Amino acid sequence: MMMELTDFDKALLNLLQGSLPVCSRPFAKLAEELDTDEQTVLTRVQELKKEGYLRRIGTFFDSNNLGYKGTLVALKVDPSKMQTVAEAINLYPGATHNYEREGRYNLWFTLLTPDLETEARILDEVQSLNGVEDMLNLKANKKYKINVQFKLH
Amino acid sequence: MNAESITELTELDKRIVRVLQGEFPLVAEPYKTLAEQVGVSEETFLERVKAMQETKKIRKMGAVLCHREVGFKANVLVAWEVPESRLDEIARHMAASPSVTHCYDRNTAPGWPYNLYTMVHGHSREECEQVVKALGRECNVSNHVMLYSKHEWKKTAMRYFMENE
Repeated sequence: MMMELTDFDKALLNLLQGSLPVCSRPFAKLAEELDTDEQTVLTRVQELKKEGYLRRIGTFFDSNNLGYKGTLVALKVDPSKMQTVAEAINLYPGATHNYEREGRYNLWFTLLTPDLETEARILDEVQSLNGVEDMLNLKANKKYKINVQFKLH
Repeated sequence: MNAESITELTELDKRIVRVLQGEFPLVAEPYKTLAEQVGVSEETFLERVKAMQETKKIRKMGAVLCHREVGFKANVLVAWEVPESRLDEIARHMAASPSVTHCYDRNTAPGWPYNLYTMVHGHSREECEQVVKALGRECNVSNHVMLYSKHEWKKTAMRYFMENE
């Protein structure tokens, strides 16, 4: 059973989703904005993390600007082979999200690689996995938005 | 971002990326702790982080919530078929919706005409469907597929510059 979020928690989480200050005492700075003290903020962030409210706190990188290549791959997989195919894909460190979905293409994963040669090699390997019947390589041309924020009221 | 800014990533920057992608220390002076792991001063570390923010290598410092835990229990990936001439305008409109967390323009493939992808989050499947319906109406786009997830096989954060580990 999860604890109930207080108004203070919601204000803290809304702030934290927006940004964590880049300075020597970031939690003291957040505390100022929330009209409280550093230790209160730190303790509560630790608790919220422990309770499972925070998926991740810290740094989110732009993969393209770090020099990585990314793509979204859609597979049509024989349903009886789904698990072995999905697990084989999970082994690639650059396959960061892998979801079984409704529809003709029933397995979708994102792939990040340091270069296009690595990407091509992995896609070749994936395409030849037993149970993979079709594959779409859906490269992004432009990213209009990546902003996972849930405003809490 | 052009090729030049990518080559600007020094060995020090890569070491900083490696510690930043690990656990963020929930202590009073987190950057000092991380700087010690890299072996530089806190001042240098903060300076490099700010520089990587300015060059957009870091897109966000902060938190991402577990969406289910905070009540956003439903989400759907929607692939839209949008006329090329209106793609930019429509993508911008959809990206402006708070329910849309990701919005990418992607290549099509034979038999797969969809060129715009949005991830829509809501408190329920009904809410997601209402949002998608409204977006389609507002943008005058009817052809789309709703790619609901049936099973999560993997969801992790990328670990950069670890290829030789």
